[in-house]
Amino acid sequence: MKAGSNLERILRSGEFAVTAEFIPPATGDRGLIERQARYFKGYVDAVNVADNMGAMVGTASWAVSKVLLDLGMEPIMSLVTRDRNRIALQSDLLGASLLGIRNVFCTTGDHQKFGDHPEALNVYDIDSVQLVNAVRGLSDSGRLLGEAGCDNIGPFFVGAAADPFGDPVDLMILRLGQKVRAGADFIQSQPVFDLEKFGHWVRLAREEGLIEKCSILATVLPLRSAREARAINERRRGVEVSKEIIARLEGVPEPEQAQEGIKICAEQIQALKDMEGVRGIHLMTQGWEEVIPEIIREAGLKTRHKKDKTRSA
Amino acid sequence: MIIAERKPIKELLNMLSGHDRVLLVGCKGCVTVCNAGGAKEVAVLAAALRITRRREGRPIGIDEMTLDRQCEPEFISWLEEPLREKGYTAILSAACSVGPQYIAERFDNVSVMPALNTTFIGGTLEHGVWAEFCRACGNCGIHNFGGLCPITRCSKGLLHGPCAGSSGGKCEVRPEADCIWHLIYKRMKNLGQIEKLKELKPAKNWSSYWSGGVRRVVREDLTL
Repeated sequence: MKAGSNLERILRSGEFAVTAEFIPPATGDRGLIERQARYFKGYVDAVNVADNMGAMVGTASWAVSKVLLDLGMEPIMSLVTRDRNRIALQSDLLGASLLGIRNVFCTTGDHQKFGDHPEALNVYDIDSVQLVNAVRGLSDSGRLLGEAGCDNIGPFFVGAAADPFGDPVDLMILRLGQKVRAGADFIQSQPVFDLEKFGHWVRLAREEGLIEKCSILATVLPLRSAREARAINERRRGVEVSKEIIARLEGVPEPEQAQEGIKICAEQIQALKDMEGVRGIHLMTQGWEEVIPEIIREAGLKTRHKKDKTRSA
Repeated sequence: MIIAERKPIKELLNMLSGHDRVLLVGCKGCVTVCNAGGAKEVAVLAAALRITRRREGRPIGIDEMTLDRQCEPEFISWLEEPLREKGYTAILSAACSVGPQYIAERFDNVSVMPALNTTFIGGTLEHGVWAEFCRACGNCGIHNFGGLCPITRCSKGLLHGPCAGSSGGKCEVRPEADCIWHLIYKRMKNLGQIEKLKELKPAKNWSSYWSGGVRRVVREDLTL
Protein backbone atom coordinates (compact mmCIF):
# COMPACT_ATOMS: atom_id res chain seq x y z
CA MET A 1 0.00 0.00 0.00
CA LYS A 2 1.39 3.33 -0.99
CA ALA A 3 -1.32 5.87 -0.38
CA GLY A 4 -3.70 3.86 1.77
CA SER A 5 -6.80 5.07 -0.04
CA ASN A 6 -9.93 2.99 -0.39
CA LEU A 7 -9.53 2.94 -4.18
CA GLU A 8 -5.97 1.68 -3.89
CA ARG A 9 -7.08 -1.04 -1.49
CA ILE A 10 -9.85 -2.22 -3.82
CA LEU A 11 -7.56 -2.28 -6.86
CA ARG A 12 -4.73 -4.05 -5.04
CA SER A 13 -7.11 -6.67 -3.71
CA GLY A 14 -8.10 -7.50 -7.28
CA GLU A 15 -11.74 -6.49 -6.81
CA PHE A 16 -13.51 -4.76 -9.65
CA ALA A 17 -13.42 -1.05 -8.83
CA VAL A 18 -16.21 1.43 -9.53
CA THR A 19 -15.60 5.15 -9.69
CA ALA A 20 -17.87 7.93 -10.89
CA GLU A 21 -17.47 11.50 -11.95
CA PHE A 22 -18.96 14.39 -10.02
CA ILE A 23 -18.95 17.76 -11.75
CA PRO A 24 -19.29 20.38 -9.02
CA PRO A 25 -21.73 23.14 -9.93
CA ALA A 26 -20.65 26.75 -9.41
CA THR A 27 -22.09 27.15 -5.95
CA GLY A 28 -21.29 28.15 -2.42
CA ASP A 29 -24.26 26.09 -1.21
CA ARG A 30 -22.92 23.15 0.76
CA GLY A 31 -26.40 21.66 0.93
CA LEU A 32 -26.59 21.43 -2.86
CA ILE A 33 -23.26 19.57 -3.02
CA GLU A 34 -24.41 17.23 -0.27
CA ARG A 35 -27.72 16.50 -2.02
CA GLN A 36 -25.98 15.66 -5.30
CA ALA A 37 -23.39 13.52 -3.50
CA ARG A 38 -26.03 11.18 -2.09
CA TYR A 39 -26.37 9.43 -5.46
CA PHE A 40 -22.78 8.21 -5.16
CA LYS A 41 -22.72 7.11 -1.55
CA GLY A 42 -22.73 3.39 -1.14
CA TYR A 43 -22.54 2.72 -4.87
CA VAL A 44 -18.99 3.59 -5.90
CA ASP A 45 -15.55 3.13 -4.37
CA ALA A 46 -14.36 6.67 -5.03
CA VAL A 47 -15.70 9.82 -6.67
CA ASN A 48 -13.75 11.91 -9.17
CA VAL A 49 -14.32 15.55 -8.33
CA ALA A 50 -13.85 17.49 -11.55
CA ASP A 51 -11.62 20.56 -11.72
CA ASN A 52 -13.49 23.24 -13.68
CA MET A 53 -14.73 20.59 -16.13
CA GLY A 54 -14.99 21.72 -19.72
CA ALA A 55 -13.25 24.96 -18.74
CA MET A 56 -16.45 26.05 -16.99
CA VAL A 57 -16.11 27.52 -13.55
CA GLY A 58 -17.21 25.10 -10.84
CA THR A 59 -16.60 25.04 -7.11
CA ALA A 60 -13.00 24.09 -6.32
CA SER A 61 -12.18 20.40 -6.55
CA TRP A 62 -10.28 20.41 -3.23
CA ALA A 63 -13.20 22.03 -1.40
CA VAL A 64 -15.83 19.65 -2.80
CA SER A 65 -13.46 16.75 -2.09
CA LYS A 66 -13.39 17.86 1.54
CA VAL A 67 -17.21 17.94 1.68
CA LEU A 68 -17.24 14.35 0.37
CA LEU A 69 -14.71 13.30 3.01
CA ASP A 70 -16.94 14.86 5.67
CA LEU A 71 -19.83 12.76 4.33
CA GLY A 72 -17.73 9.61 4.72
CA MET A 73 -17.06 9.28 0.98
CA GLU A 74 -13.74 8.96 -0.82
CA PRO A 75 -12.83 11.69 -3.31
CA ILE A 76 -10.42 11.61 -6.23
CA MET A 77 -9.34 15.23 -6.54
CA SER A 78 -8.87 16.30 -10.15
CA LEU A 79 -6.18 18.78 -11.08
CA VAL A 80 -5.83 20.32 -14.54
CA THR A 81 -2.73 22.13 -15.73
CA ARG A 82 -4.72 24.67 -17.80
CA ASP A 83 -5.41 27.09 -14.96
CA ARG A 84 -2.48 26.84 -12.57
CA ASN A 85 1.27 26.93 -12.83
CA ARG A 86 3.57 24.54 -10.98
CA ILE A 87 3.58 26.75 -7.88
CA ALA A 88 -0.20 26.76 -7.52
CA LEU A 89 -0.58 23.06 -8.43
CA GLN A 90 1.93 21.97 -5.80
CA SER A 91 0.39 24.27 -3.24
CA ASP A 92 -3.01 22.68 -3.91
CA LEU A 93 -1.47 19.22 -3.53
CA LEU A 94 -0.06 20.16 -0.15
CA GLY A 95 -3.47 21.51 0.83
CA ALA A 96 -5.12 18.30 -0.36
CA SER A 97 -2.73 16.30 1.77
CA LEU A 98 -3.60 18.46 4.76
CA LEU A 99 -7.32 17.80 4.24
CA GLY A 100 -6.82 14.04 4.01
CA ILE A 101 -7.36 13.71 0.25
CA ARG A 102 -5.41 10.67 -0.95
CA ASN A 103 -6.38 10.20 -4.62
CA VAL A 104 -5.35 12.71 -7.26
CA PHE A 105 -6.28 12.67 -10.95
CA CYS A 106 -4.01 14.63 -13.28
CA THR A 107 -5.02 15.95 -16.70
CA THR A 108 -4.24 18.88 -18.94
CA GLY A 109 -7.88 19.98 -19.06
CA ASP A 110 -10.16 21.06 -21.88
CA HIS A 111 -9.11 24.18 -23.72
CA GLN A 112 -10.80 27.31 -22.38
CA LYS A 113 -12.17 27.99 -25.85
CA PHE A 114 -14.90 25.42 -25.07
CA GLY A 115 -15.81 26.79 -21.66
CA ASP A 116 -17.65 29.75 -20.19
CA HIS A 117 -14.60 32.03 -20.15
CA PRO A 118 -13.21 31.70 -23.69
CA GLU A 119 -11.32 35.00 -23.32
CA ALA A 120 -9.26 33.74 -20.37
CA LEU A 121 -5.48 33.37 -20.47
CA ASN A 122 -4.40 29.76 -20.03
CA VAL A 123 -1.31 28.53 -18.22
CA TYR A 124 -0.07 25.11 -19.37
CA ASP A 125 3.17 25.63 -17.46
CA ILE A 126 3.50 21.84 -17.20
CA ASP A 127 1.54 19.09 -18.94
CA SER A 128 -0.36 16.14 -17.48
CA VAL A 129 2.61 13.76 -17.67
CA GLN A 130 4.78 16.24 -15.81
CA LEU A 131 2.02 16.75 -13.24
CA VAL A 132 1.80 13.00 -12.64
CA ASN A 133 5.55 13.01 -12.15
CA ALA A 134 5.35 15.98 -9.79
CA VAL A 135 2.70 14.28 -7.62
CA ARG A 136 4.80 11.12 -7.59
CA GLY A 137 7.92 13.00 -6.46
CA LEU A 138 6.00 14.90 -3.81
CA SER A 139 4.28 11.76 -2.60
CA ASP A 140 7.25 9.38 -2.57
CA SER A 141 10.06 11.64 -1.40
CA GLY A 142 8.64 15.03 -0.45
CA ARG A 143 10.37 16.49 -3.48
CA LEU A 144 9.02 19.67 -5.04
CA LEU A 145 9.79 20.55 -8.67
CA GLY A 146 12.09 23.34 -7.54
CA GLU A 147 14.97 23.04 -5.10
CA ALA A 148 12.98 22.70 -1.89
CA GLY A 149 11.39 19.70 -0.26
CA CYS A 150 8.51 19.35 2.16
CA ASP A 151 7.43 17.05 4.98
CA ASN A 152 4.53 14.74 5.70
CA ILE A 153 2.88 14.97 2.30
CA GLY A 154 0.37 12.47 0.97
CA PRO A 155 1.06 9.81 0.09
CA PHE A 156 -1.14 10.05 -2.98
CA PHE A 157 -2.66 7.44 -5.26
CA VAL A 158 -2.13 8.99 -8.68
CA GLY A 159 -4.45 8.78 -11.67
CA ALA A 160 -4.25 9.94 -15.26
CA ALA A 161 -6.42 9.82 -18.38
CA ALA A 162 -5.85 7.82 -21.55
CA ASP A 163 -7.41 7.88 -24.99
CA PRO A 164 -7.74 4.38 -26.47
CA PHE A 165 -9.50 5.69 -29.57
CA GLY A 166 -7.04 8.26 -30.86
CA ASP A 167 -5.19 7.68 -34.05
CA PRO A 168 -2.67 6.10 -34.52
CA VAL A 169 -3.13 3.64 -31.67
CA ASP A 170 0.66 3.17 -31.31
CA LEU A 171 0.93 6.83 -30.35
CA MET A 172 -1.86 6.35 -27.78
CA ILE A 173 0.08 3.45 -26.25
CA LEU A 174 3.27 5.52 -26.27
CA ARG A 175 1.44 8.25 -24.36
CA LEU A 176 0.03 5.73 -21.88
CA GLY A 177 3.58 4.46 -21.35
CA GLN A 178 4.78 7.96 -20.56
CA LYS A 179 2.06 8.36 -17.92
CA VAL A 180 2.90 5.01 -16.37
CA ARG A 181 6.62 5.79 -16.31
CA ALA A 182 5.84 9.19 -14.81
CA GLY A 183 4.21 7.31 -11.93
CA ALA A 184 0.48 6.86 -12.62
CA ASP A 185 -1.14 4.22 -10.39
CA PHE A 186 -4.43 4.14 -12.24
CA ILE A 187 -5.84 5.19 -15.59
CA GLN A 188 -9.37 6.26 -16.49
CA SER A 189 -10.05 6.04 -20.22
CA GLN A 190 -12.07 8.18 -22.57
CA PRO A 191 -15.69 6.92 -22.77
CA VAL A 192 -15.88 3.46 -24.34
CA PHE A 193 -18.54 2.77 -26.97
CA ASP A 194 -16.45 0.58 -29.25
CA LEU A 195 -15.58 -2.47 -27.16
CA GLU A 196 -13.53 -4.06 -29.91
CA LYS A 197 -11.29 -1.06 -30.38
CA PHE A 198 -10.94 -0.65 -26.63
CA GLY A 199 -10.03 -4.33 -26.26
CA HIS A 200 -7.35 -3.92 -28.92
CA TRP A 201 -5.84 -1.00 -26.99
CA VAL A 202 -5.85 -2.99 -23.74
CA ARG A 203 -4.10 -5.88 -25.52
CA LEU A 204 -1.42 -3.55 -26.86
CA ALA A 205 -1.00 -2.02 -23.39
CA ARG A 206 -0.53 -5.50 -21.99
CA GLU A 207 2.06 -6.38 -24.62
CA GLU A 208 3.97 -3.25 -23.60
CA GLY A 209 3.92 -4.44 -19.99
CA LEU A 210 1.87 -1.45 -18.89
CA ILE A 211 -1.17 -3.02 -17.29
CA GLU A 212 0.85 -4.73 -14.56
CA LYS A 213 2.17 -1.33 -13.56
CA CYS A 214 -1.11 0.55 -13.38
CA SER A 215 -4.80 -0.28 -13.09
CA ILE A 216 -6.97 0.46 -16.08
CA LEU A 217 -10.52 1.66 -15.47
CA ALA A 218 -12.80 1.77 -18.52
CA THR A 219 -15.09 4.76 -18.68
CA VAL A 220 -18.75 4.26 -19.51
CA LEU A 221 -21.17 7.03 -20.37
CA PRO A 222 -24.90 6.33 -20.03
CA LEU A 223 -26.89 7.94 -22.84
CA ARG A 224 -30.23 9.63 -22.14
CA SER A 225 -31.46 9.67 -25.71
CA ALA A 226 -30.53 9.17 -29.35
CA ARG A 227 -30.45 12.95 -29.61
CA GLU A 228 -27.83 13.15 -26.86
CA ALA A 229 -25.77 10.44 -28.57
CA ARG A 230 -25.76 12.42 -31.82
CA ALA A 231 -24.89 15.62 -29.94
CA ILE A 232 -21.90 13.88 -28.34
CA ASN A 233 -20.67 12.81 -31.78
CA GLU A 234 -20.95 16.37 -33.03
CA ARG A 235 -19.57 18.11 -29.96
CA ARG A 236 -16.89 15.93 -28.48
CA ARG A 237 -13.85 15.04 -30.46
CA GLY A 238 -12.31 11.70 -29.63
CA VAL A 239 -15.64 10.20 -28.50
CA GLU A 240 -17.84 8.39 -30.95
CA VAL A 241 -21.10 6.68 -30.18
CA SER A 242 -21.47 3.86 -32.69
CA LYS A 243 -24.25 3.72 -35.29
CA GLU A 244 -25.50 0.48 -33.70
CA ILE A 245 -26.01 2.12 -30.31
CA ILE A 246 -27.76 5.12 -31.85
CA ALA A 247 -30.00 2.77 -33.85
CA ARG A 248 -30.85 0.84 -30.68
CA LEU A 249 -31.86 4.04 -28.89
CA GLU A 250 -33.90 5.17 -31.88
CA GLY A 251 -35.60 1.79 -31.90
CA VAL A 252 -37.63 2.66 -28.80
CA PRO A 253 -40.03 5.61 -28.28
CA GLU A 254 -38.34 8.74 -26.98
CA PRO A 255 -39.68 8.58 -23.39
CA GLU A 256 -38.17 5.09 -23.06
CA GLN A 257 -34.80 5.93 -24.54
CA ALA A 258 -33.22 6.78 -21.19
CA GLN A 259 -34.17 3.33 -19.91
CA GLU A 260 -32.63 1.77 -23.01
CA GLY A 261 -29.51 3.88 -22.43
CA ILE A 262 -29.19 2.47 -18.91
CA LYS A 263 -29.58 -1.05 -20.28
CA ILE A 264 -26.88 -0.45 -22.91
CA CYS A 265 -24.57 0.97 -20.29
CA ALA A 266 -25.12 -2.00 -17.97
CA GLU A 267 -24.38 -4.42 -20.82
CA GLN A 268 -21.18 -2.53 -21.61
CA ILE A 269 -20.13 -2.80 -17.96
CA GLN A 270 -20.73 -6.54 -17.96
CA ALA A 271 -18.64 -6.95 -21.10
CA LEU A 272 -15.86 -4.77 -19.71
CA LYS A 273 -15.87 -6.70 -16.44
CA ASP A 274 -15.02 -9.83 -18.41
CA MET A 275 -12.28 -8.17 -20.40
CA GLU A 276 -8.80 -9.21 -19.34
CA GLY A 277 -6.75 -6.28 -18.10
CA VAL A 278 -9.71 -4.09 -17.13
CA ARG A 279 -9.65 -3.48 -13.38
CA GLY A 280 -12.75 -1.42 -12.98
CA ILE A 281 -15.12 1.07 -14.52
CA HIS A 282 -15.53 4.81 -14.28
CA LEU A 283 -19.05 6.21 -14.66
CA MET A 284 -19.18 9.48 -16.54
CA THR A 285 -22.76 10.63 -16.08
CA GLN A 286 -22.40 14.25 -17.20
CA GLY A 287 -24.70 15.54 -14.49
CA TRP A 288 -27.08 12.54 -14.56
CA GLU A 289 -25.89 11.31 -11.14
CA GLU A 290 -29.30 9.98 -10.08
CA VAL A 291 -28.92 7.13 -12.57
CA ILE A 292 -25.92 5.62 -10.75
CA PRO A 293 -27.79 3.31 -8.32
CA GLU A 294 -29.86 1.88 -11.18
CA ILE A 295 -26.85 1.25 -13.41
CA ILE A 296 -25.00 -0.48 -10.56
CA ARG A 297 -28.02 -2.72 -9.94
CA GLU A 298 -28.68 -3.38 -13.62
CA ALA A 299 -25.03 -4.28 -14.25
CA GLY A 300 -25.08 -6.70 -11.32
CA LEU A 301 -22.28 -4.89 -9.50
CA LYS A 302 -22.07 -5.07 -5.73
CA THR A 303 -23.24 -2.03 -3.81
CA ARG A 304 -20.91 -0.61 -1.22
CA HIS A 305 -23.32 0.03 1.62
CA LYS A 306 -22.49 0.68 5.25
CA LYS A 307 -21.95 -2.79 6.67
CA ASP A 308 -18.70 -3.16 4.72
CA LYS A 309 -16.98 -0.02 5.88
CA THR A 310 -13.87 -0.41 3.78
CA ARG A 311 -15.95 -0.15 0.63
CA SER A 312 -18.26 2.75 1.29
CA ALA A 313 -17.11 5.53 -0.94
CA MET B 1 9.15 37.07 -39.52
CA ILE B 2 6.67 39.08 -37.50
CA ILE B 3 3.15 38.67 -38.87
CA ALA B 4 0.70 41.52 -38.39
CA GLU B 5 -2.82 42.41 -39.50
CA ARG B 6 -4.36 45.80 -40.09
CA LYS B 7 -6.91 46.88 -37.51
CA PRO B 8 -10.50 47.42 -38.71
CA ILE B 9 -11.08 50.87 -40.25
CA LYS B 10 -13.80 51.59 -37.67
CA GLU B 11 -11.36 51.08 -34.78
CA LEU B 12 -8.78 53.32 -36.47
CA LEU B 13 -11.36 56.06 -37.09
CA ASN B 14 -12.27 55.98 -33.40
CA MET B 15 -8.61 56.31 -32.42
CA LEU B 16 -8.19 59.28 -34.74
CA SER B 17 -11.45 61.01 -33.84
CA GLY B 18 -9.81 64.04 -32.18
CA HIS B 19 -7.13 64.52 -34.84
CA ASP B 20 -7.09 66.43 -38.16
CA ARG B 21 -3.38 66.29 -39.07
CA VAL B 22 -1.93 62.80 -39.04
CA LEU B 23 1.23 61.15 -40.33
CA LEU B 24 0.71 57.52 -41.34
CA VAL B 25 4.04 55.68 -41.14
CA GLY B 26 4.65 52.34 -42.84
CA CYS B 27 7.58 49.95 -42.47
CA LYS B 28 9.56 48.14 -45.16
CA GLY B 29 10.40 45.18 -42.88
CA CYS B 30 8.27 42.16 -41.97
CA VAL B 31 4.93 43.98 -42.34
CA THR B 32 5.70 44.76 -45.99
CA VAL B 33 6.36 41.08 -46.63
CA CYS B 34 3.08 40.06 -44.97
CA ASN B 35 1.16 42.81 -46.79
CA ALA B 36 0.02 44.64 -43.66
CA GLY B 37 2.03 47.86 -43.37
CA GLY B 38 4.21 48.46 -46.44
CA ALA B 39 4.02 51.54 -48.71
CA LYS B 40 1.20 49.98 -50.73
CA GLU B 41 -0.96 49.18 -47.68
CA VAL B 42 -0.23 52.62 -46.22
CA ALA B 43 -1.52 54.29 -49.41
CA VAL B 44 -4.69 52.22 -49.42
CA LEU B 45 -5.34 52.84 -45.72
CA ALA B 46 -4.69 56.61 -45.99
CA ALA B 47 -7.15 56.86 -48.88
CA ALA B 48 -9.80 54.92 -47.00
CA LEU B 49 -9.43 57.10 -43.90
CA ARG B 50 -9.54 60.34 -45.91
CA ILE B 51 -12.63 59.31 -47.86
CA THR B 52 -14.53 58.17 -44.80
CA ARG B 53 -13.72 61.32 -42.80
CA ARG B 54 -14.68 63.56 -45.73
CA ARG B 55 -17.96 61.73 -46.07
CA GLU B 56 -18.58 62.21 -42.34
CA GLY B 57 -18.01 65.97 -42.78
CA ARG B 58 -14.81 66.00 -40.72
CA PRO B 59 -12.01 65.92 -43.29
CA ILE B 60 -8.58 64.73 -42.12
CA GLY B 61 -5.14 65.55 -43.52
CA ILE B 62 -3.06 62.38 -43.73
CA ASP B 63 0.49 62.31 -45.07
CA GLU B 64 2.25 59.04 -45.82
CA MET B 65 5.81 57.99 -45.17
CA THR B 66 7.34 54.50 -45.14
CA LEU B 67 10.55 53.92 -43.18
CA ASP B 68 13.14 51.28 -43.99
CA ARG B 69 12.47 49.77 -40.59
CA GLN B 70 10.62 51.05 -37.54
CA CYS B 71 12.53 48.74 -35.18
CA GLU B 72 15.73 50.79 -35.63
CA PRO B 73 16.16 54.15 -33.80
CA GLU B 74 18.19 55.53 -36.71
CA PHE B 75 15.22 55.31 -39.06
CA ILE B 76 12.82 56.71 -36.44
CA SER B 77 14.87 59.94 -36.44
CA TRP B 78 13.75 60.50 -40.03
CA LEU B 79 10.41 61.52 -38.53
CA GLU B 80 11.93 64.53 -36.71
CA GLU B 81 11.75 66.99 -39.57
CA PRO B 82 8.21 66.28 -40.77
CA LEU B 83 6.96 66.35 -37.18
CA ARG B 84 8.62 69.73 -36.58
CA GLU B 85 7.38 71.31 -39.79
CA LYS B 86 3.97 69.84 -40.53
CA GLY B 87 2.18 70.18 -37.20
CA TYR B 88 0.90 66.61 -36.92
CA THR B 89 -0.99 65.86 -33.73
CA ALA B 90 -0.86 62.12 -34.20
CA ILE B 91 1.25 59.41 -35.80
CA LEU B 92 -0.45 56.25 -36.95
CA SER B 93 2.22 53.56 -37.17
CA ALA B 94 1.68 50.64 -39.52
CA ALA B 95 4.53 48.55 -38.12
CA CYS B 96 4.67 45.74 -35.59
CA SER B 97 4.25 47.20 -32.11
CA VAL B 98 7.97 47.93 -31.81
CA GLY B 99 7.50 50.84 -34.22
CA PRO B 100 4.82 52.85 -32.40
CA GLN B 101 6.65 52.31 -29.10
CA TYR B 102 9.93 53.66 -30.51
CA ILE B 103 8.06 56.67 -31.88
CA ALA B 104 6.26 57.25 -28.55
CA GLU B 105 9.51 57.16 -26.59
CA ARG B 106 11.22 59.49 -29.02
CA PHE B 107 8.58 62.22 -29.48
CA ASP B 108 6.91 63.74 -26.41
CA ASN B 109 4.36 65.97 -28.10
CA VAL B 110 2.56 63.69 -30.48
CA SER B 111 -0.02 60.95 -29.92
CA VAL B 112 0.96 57.56 -31.33
CA MET B 113 -1.51 54.90 -32.45
CA PRO B 114 -1.00 51.37 -33.77
CA ALA B 115 -2.57 50.75 -37.17
CA LEU B 116 -1.80 47.03 -36.93
CA ASN B 117 -2.33 44.15 -34.55
CA THR B 118 0.97 42.30 -34.17
CA THR B 119 -0.15 38.70 -34.29
CA PHE B 120 2.76 36.23 -34.14
CA ILE B 121 6.14 35.00 -35.34
CA GLY B 122 5.37 32.91 -38.36
CA GLY B 123 5.66 32.18 -42.02
CA THR B 124 3.66 32.03 -45.23
CA LEU B 125 1.65 28.87 -45.87
CA GLU B 126 0.24 30.01 -49.19
CA HIS B 127 -0.53 33.33 -50.81
CA GLY B 128 -2.50 35.31 -48.23
CA VAL B 129 -2.21 32.70 -45.47
CA TRP B 130 0.27 32.86 -42.61
CA ALA B 131 0.70 30.60 -39.59
CA GLU B 132 2.45 30.75 -36.25
CA PHE B 133 5.67 28.77 -35.82
CA CYS B 134 7.46 30.24 -32.79
CA ARG B 135 6.54 31.62 -29.37
CA ALA B 136 10.08 32.89 -28.77
CA CYS B 137 10.47 30.87 -25.57
CA GLY B 138 14.18 31.69 -25.74
CA ASN B 139 15.29 28.09 -25.26
CA CYS B 140 14.77 26.19 -28.50
CA GLY B 141 14.40 22.44 -28.21
CA ILE B 142 12.73 21.50 -31.49
CA HIS B 143 15.48 18.94 -32.24
CA ASN B 144 13.83 16.79 -29.53
CA PHE B 145 10.59 16.79 -31.52
CA GLY B 146 11.68 15.99 -35.04
CA GLY B 147 12.42 19.65 -35.72
CA LEU B 148 8.82 20.77 -35.03
CA CYS B 149 7.69 22.97 -32.15
CA PRO B 150 4.97 21.60 -29.84
CA ILE B 151 5.32 24.61 -27.51
CA THR B 152 3.89 26.82 -30.24
CA ARG B 153 2.04 24.52 -32.58
CA CYS B 154 0.15 22.45 -30.00
CA SER B 155 -2.71 24.61 -28.64
CA LYS B 156 -1.85 23.39 -25.14
CA GLY B 157 1.93 23.35 -25.59
CA LEU B 158 2.04 19.66 -24.65
CA LEU B 159 5.46 17.99 -24.51
CA HIS B 160 4.32 14.38 -24.27
CA GLY B 161 1.99 13.74 -27.18
CA PRO B 162 -1.49 14.78 -28.31
CA CYS B 163 -4.53 15.42 -26.11
CA ALA B 164 -7.87 13.72 -26.69
CA GLY B 165 -8.97 16.73 -28.73
CA SER B 166 -6.75 15.65 -31.59
CA SER B 167 -8.91 14.09 -34.28
CA GLY B 168 -8.17 13.08 -37.84
CA GLY B 169 -4.78 14.76 -37.50
CA LYS B 170 -6.39 18.13 -36.73
CA CYS B 171 -6.53 20.29 -33.60
CA GLU B 172 -9.90 20.73 -31.88
CA VAL B 173 -9.04 24.28 -30.83
CA ARG B 174 -8.19 25.36 -34.39
CA PRO B 175 -9.69 22.73 -36.69
CA GLU B 176 -7.93 24.27 -39.71
CA ALA B 177 -4.55 23.54 -38.07
CA ASP B 178 -2.72 20.23 -38.05
CA CYS B 179 -2.31 18.51 -34.70
CA ILE B 180 1.43 19.03 -34.48
CA TRP B 181 1.77 15.83 -32.46
CA HIS B 182 0.62 13.86 -35.47
CA LEU B 183 3.34 15.43 -37.57
CA ILE B 184 5.95 14.98 -34.83
CA TYR B 185 5.04 11.32 -34.41
CA LYS B 186 5.07 10.63 -38.14
CA ARG B 187 8.41 12.34 -38.61
CA MET B 188 10.12 10.75 -35.61
CA LYS B 189 8.87 7.36 -36.70
CA ASN B 190 10.39 7.91 -40.15
CA LEU B 191 13.64 9.00 -38.51
CA GLY B 192 13.67 5.92 -36.26
CA GLN B 193 13.50 8.15 -33.16
CA ILE B 194 10.43 6.76 -31.39
CA GLU B 195 12.52 5.77 -28.37
CA LYS B 196 13.53 9.40 -27.96
CA LEU B 197 9.86 10.36 -28.00
CA LYS B 198 9.16 7.98 -25.10
CA GLU B 199 11.51 9.87 -22.78
CA LEU B 200 10.00 11.99 -20.02
CA LYS B 201 10.74 15.66 -20.43
CA PRO B 202 11.32 17.68 -17.27
CA ALA B 203 9.15 20.72 -16.54
CA LYS B 204 10.28 23.39 -18.98
CA ASN B 205 12.48 26.22 -17.80
CA TRP B 206 10.39 29.27 -18.73
CA SER B 207 12.84 31.85 -17.35
CA SER B 208 14.11 32.58 -20.86
CA TYR B 209 10.50 33.30 -21.88
CA TRP B 210 8.55 36.41 -20.91
CA SER B 211 8.07 34.74 -17.48
CA GLY B 212 11.65 35.76 -16.72
CA GLY B 213 10.72 39.44 -17.04
CA VAL B 214 11.26 41.82 -19.94
CA ARG B 215 13.94 40.31 -22.13
CA ARG B 216 17.08 41.80 -23.61
CA VAL B 217 19.93 40.37 -25.67
CA VAL B 218 23.39 41.88 -25.15
CA ARG B 219 26.21 40.95 -27.52
CA GLU B 220 29.45 42.15 -25.90
CA ASP B 221 31.32 41.69 -29.17
CA LEU B 222 29.02 44.16 -30.89
CA THR B 223 28.49 46.79 -28.21
CA LEU B 224 30.51 50.01 -28.53
